[in-house]
Amino acid sequence: MAEVPAAARGARQATQAAGARLSSRSVGRIKALLFVLALAPLARLVAGVLMRSLGTNPTEFVLRTLGDWTLIFLCITLAVTPLRKLTGWNWLLRLRRMFGLYAFFYVVMHFTTYVVLDRGLDVVAIPRDILKRPFITVGFTCFVLMIPLAATSTNAMVRRLGAERWQALHRFVYFIAIGGVVHFWWLVKRDITQPAIYALVLAALLGYRLLAAARARS
Amino acid sequence: MPIKPSGDVRPSEITPKEIYLRRREFIRAAGALALTAAGVRGPALAEGKIPGIRKSRYSTSEQPASLKEITTYNNYYEFDTDKYSPAQLAGRLKTRPWSVSVEGEVKRPRTFGIEELLKFPQEERIYRLRCVEGWSLVIPWVGFEFNQLARQVEPTGKAKFVEFVTALQPENMPGVRLPVLEWPYLEGLRIDEAMHPLTLLAVGLYGENLPAQNGAPVRLVVPWKYGFKSAKSLVRIRFVEKQPRIAWEKAASHEYGFYSNVNPEVDHPRWSQVTEKRLGEDRFFPRVIRTQMFNGYGDQVAGMYAGMDLKKFF
Repeated sequence: MAEVPAAARGARQATQAAGARLSSRSVGRIKALLFVLALAPLARLVAGVLMRSLGTNPTEFVLRTLGDWTLIFLCITLAVTPLRKLTGWNWLLRLRRMFGLYAFFYVVMHFTTYVVLDRGLDVVAIPRDILKRPFITVGFTCFVLMIPLAATSTNAMVRRLGAERWQALHRFVYFIAIGGVVHFWWLVKRDITQPAIYALVLAALLGYRLLAAARARS
Repeated sequence: MPIKPSGDVRPSEITPKEIYLRRREFIRAAGALALTAAGVRGPALAEGKIPGIRKSRYSTSEQPASLKEITTYNNYYEFDTDKYSPAQLAGRLKTRPWSVSVEGEVKRPRTFGIEELLKFPQEERIYRLRCVEGWSLVIPWVGFEFNQLARQVEPTGKAKFVEFVTALQPENMPGVRLPVLEWPYLEGLRIDEAMHPLTLLAVGLYGENLPAQNGAPVRLVVPWKYGFKSAKSLVRIRFVEKQPRIAWEKAASHEYGFYSNVNPEVDHPRWSQVTEKRLGEDRFFPRVIRTQMFNGYGDQVAGMYAGMDLKKFF
């Protein structure tokens, strides 16, 4: 039994070393692979619509799935820093922008599905929904807040804003992720299991940062 | 996608009946074949044709959704809060023997076995079902008017409301382990609503016994109210003097009221009720249509609510 922790430590050090030493080309390959994989949920939806295999209410299914993947990509984006610090795999940072942009990609489609398929482009009902329904108000606010983050995601924008201001702006992602979970939580009728899972994951990801900040101060 | 009233269908959109029947037959056969080949147990479908079903003037001429659509998208929280799961899980519901006890403020309380209920003269009633969640389906129920059952037990003058208690089989219903709602699920109607000719005790669907996930073996169908008012799998019907507190009212009284009439002018706090998605029309995405007052049954039922503030009594 005593050997196990030692072996585990050894393995961890080995992977850490291997992970840290990843060449630029390998990272590029991983990134390309993940880029394609991240499109899989969309491909599945398109195939499902064409084959009519999304069940009795395809609009609901598409809307929920796109919302889910927005939250998943937000969580993945927020997992990059904790993972990088825990493993020492600094190259993970090079994937973060892509994950963030995928969250934006899925939220744009989620919002479009709501406007076109769920509300039937009703120009009266949609603004009223956004103003009157708390879960839609929160969801819409988060969507709007994601636009400047996506727009300033390029290297040129980082330079133009300066690292400090850019980072300050992009800290909004914490509020966006919390708002996204609240949006889901307030939407469900009774069974809060699914939003609760997102809330737990998010609490862990944000809790890690709080702990790290507290430790840095002391 | 422009919003159109539900009645506004272009002739070109209507599929000739033989073709849609054949297409659905084909889809159903293909589905069954695929399931058999994969060794998968299909959705819990009850077998058994109901004999001597008469047509009804209360039926809508709108095209019903297919059996598959109606039997795979169900809110039956005793099994699961997901709408696709009851089709897989509800087969465990024990529906025989089954009896419905009718009691309370009545002169002749008695228990009806399901066999007795099936002996009432059965009608096909094609009704629109509008869910509070914003979707609707056209469903060909088979059943009889609740007032026929009521007549046999002779409600007294004290019977002002009717309470409907549904089945609770914890060993067969995985969903009741969580206190999502208060179990057994309880519904209620005002006596005039219950006695209205549109209020149905349904025992079948598409000419056959009700599938478990749709509320076998006998359920309530109240087409001008949101779907949750149409309680499934009834075991007890009580005529009472006081207005019952229904399950959804207990769970969230600011969101769900006792009446819960379909009403596009009264929003649910968290979503608008102005439009609905009409499911089961064989399209890539359901049409978004305007929701009608009393789900389009206003001509028959609006009189019961004359002078009532429907915003207050939502």
